[in-house]
Amino acid sequence: MSDGSEDRSGAEDHSDQRNDATPDDGHLAIASRNPRRTETGVGVAFIVATFAGIGLAVTYALGGQTQVEGVLLFFCLGGLGFGMTLWGKQLMPHGPFEQQRENLIGSEEDRAEFTAAFVRGEQAFGRRKLLLTFLGAGFAGLGAALVFPIRSLGPSPGRSLFETPWKAGSRLVTPDGKFVRLTDLEVGGISTVFPEGHIGSDDAQTLLIRADSSPITTRKGRETWSPDGYLAFSKLCTHAGCPVGLYEHDRQQMLCPCHQSTFDVLRGCRPVFGPATRSLPQLPIMADGEGFLRAQSDYTEPVGPGFWNRS
Amino acid sequence: MSAGKTEKKKTKKKGIVGRTAGWFDDRLAASRFVRTALNKIFPDHWSFMLGEIALYAFVVLIVTGIYLTFFFNPSLKETVYNGSYAPLRGVKMSVAYESTLKISFDVRAGMVMRQMHHWAAIVFLASIVVHLCRVFFTGAFRRPRELNWIVGVTLLLLAILNGFAGYSLPDDQLSGTGLRIMYSILLSIPVIGNWAAFLLFGGEFPSDQIVSRLYGIHILMVPAAIAIVLGAHLAIMWHQKHTQFKIVGATEDNVVGSPLWPTYASKSVGLLFIVSAVLAALGGLAQINPIWLYGPFVTEKVSSASQPDWYMGWLEGALRLMPAWEFRGWGHTIPNPFFPGVLLAGITFGALYAWPFLEARFTKDREPHNVLDRPRDRPVRTALGAATLSFYLVLFLAGATDVLAVYFGLSVNSIVFSFRVAVFVVPVIVAVMTHRVCRELSAAGGGRRKPPGLYDRSPEGGYESRPAPRPVGAPAGELEPEPLPEAPVERPQAEPSPR
Repeated sequence: MSDGSEDRSGAEDHSDQRNDATPDDGHLAIASRNPRRTETGVGVAFIVATFAGIGLAVTYALGGQTQVEGVLLFFCLGGLGFGMTLWGKQLMPHGPFEQQRENLIGSEEDRAEFTAAFVRGEQAFGRRKLLLTFLGAGFAGLGAALVFPIRSLGPSPGRSLFETPWKAGSRLVTPDGKFVRLTDLEVGGISTVFPEGHIGSDDAQTLLIRADSSPITTRKGRETWSPDGYLAFSKLCTHAGCPVGLYEHDRQQMLCPCHQSTFDVLRGCRPVFGPATRSLPQLPIMADGEGFLRAQSDYTEPVGPGFWNRS
Repeated sequence: MSAGKTEKKKTKKKGIVGRTAGWFDDRLAASRFVRTALNKIFPDHWSFMLGEIALYAFVVLIVTGIYLTFFFNPSLKETVYNGSYAPLRGVKMSVAYESTLKISFDVRAGMVMRQMHHWAAIVFLASIVVHLCRVFFTGAFRRPRELNWIVGVTLLLLAILNGFAGYSLPDDQLSGTGLRIMYSILLSIPVIGNWAAFLLFGGEFPSDQIVSRLYGIHILMVPAAIAIVLGAHLAIMWHQKHTQFKIVGATEDNVVGSPLWPTYASKSVGLLFIVSAVLAALGGLAQINPIWLYGPFVTEKVSSASQPDWYMGWLEGALRLMPAWEFRGWGHTIPNPFFPGVLLAGITFGALYAWPFLEARFTKDREPHNVLDRPRDRPVRTALGAATLSFYLVLFLAGATDVLAVYFGLSVNSIVFSFRVAVFVVPVIVAVMTHRVCRELSAAGGGRRKPPGLYDRSPEGGYESRPAPRPVGAPAGELEPEPLPEAPVERPQAEPSPR
């Protein structure tokens, strides 16, 4: 800041000599009608600050206490601030003083001189056209090289948004690591599951809902996806990716607590309210011979929020 | 050089101040500039403090923030909590979350510092926004201050960015949800969305790098940018001198107020301490962002009533109100969050940046202005500003539809539908009403205080009124209506000061 300011000091000083801000006597008057009382006020404020500061030190020494610290700091800082403000407002010359503004439009001569100076330099550059071309090429090369450090910031998105860790045959496990069996949920029960070996994987998180005791066909072609009424849907909201965590059993709806998108479970978690535009993808599941629930395959469409190259 | 020497002779004193000043002046010849600076006049008006409050909240942010960096560890490595907050003992969490708990419960003065820091961020953003409103409604952004308006809008943008980065650091459940939504908004950008999200997060959400990256962004990159841009903001203001209201003696060519030294300096430093004091009281007494209640971030969990800090509320509301609509075609998708999350934000800041130029084009007023407008005297601008504010206020409230639904015992659906209507209807009503109120207030003499009258009762029982003598010390201008110029008047030429 001081650089810019110093440039200006000449001009400002010039105007100042014409019209110095040094006040005449009338302006030296202070606002306070009773300076003695104001002085007392300022003094008391500073003394309060002093004692609050000492109190704060004692509080710390005794182990500290959040609320007491806050209050004492308030009185310490506030005493200083109140005293200074009162001093400034009441006991210092308050004018009004006047100062002229400088003209903020550059003079014609200055502009002409600037242009001339600039053009001199421009010509010095312009004389070596070929070098300028090389200079440009050099910068272009530097720019191209800089892409690579930026590229290092993350892996290529590639297909990762289209895939999840679910594989054909992955057993369903709960967050605390238990494999899910056909007998684990009552009708109306709900649980969050992951594929075995990927507990906590964000894009694999899946809602397991037992909506009925017999298979439910949510869509055409999904006749075999719901053994004994178990339905599995991606838990990531198709709107902004929050976990769709609230199950309204009476209406068979899933509600996303972030932006209130609502999904109709029995109709393949079709969105029925809120900003979500797509159904929660359904995971095809089956029961193996021992009664463990397994995935038939990965999700058949990308899970979670939309992105550009999702059709 | 020679001027510096003469200054030195003039200020030659025996005191330590004089000798120190002399030592520097012998090397920098700075006394001339410093003298001018000390005498610089600053106009007095309460509304000019708003920007100062933002500045001082920033000072508190820096001081408390530096303290927090000594204890916070942005690592996402998993650990098991064993500190003094009993309910979370034995819980698996990231080192980032654990160190935030440590600051809150085990570092002496840590809780006050952390809460002061968060409150200061909230006050910083609030005072910037109110300051922006003051500048907007009084027309302080007009030539020659368009430049500083742009710098100021940039500061707002940087402040929002840093606020978001900051409250995402503790890796708690609430901020994790915020990051998740931000990731989805990044993903929604056409063409570059996937890459933008993967490069910032270091891979698919939730990556193990995002908190340490945000840490660098939050404590170095953006604060440095804010410091530089803030420096430019103040330097330009200093150089162009502050605007003033049309008080007695104030013209386009002068500044009327109090000098930097000592009056303004002592009031302003006083304000610094008062702002710090209020933030200290808030930090000690008013709980903010109790991350120990939210719990550590777990990928499959989310809490209801997840609201961001207030300055992100309008985005949250816009995401909630957006109908289930998006663009799909030719094998591509422009997902729903793009429209409220990217497009609306882009339009908001685009319009803010462009406003001084739009207004100049619309009113054809390209003259320099140093005297501020009263909002009522510019009904169209005031109405547009009020309507815009009401639009964002409705969005802000819509960010809490779930909370409102519980509070009023209504269904979320009916509340969202009402907000979808209100977000378009309320601004129109506000615009029309504001315009009318402004027009009536600014109509000749309307809204100005009438000179007080004295009423005499005659012996017959009748009443007669006569104007009261002007109270001692009352400024003349306030009581006497003066017609407002219909069109921008030519700026009077500079003339020597009457004083």
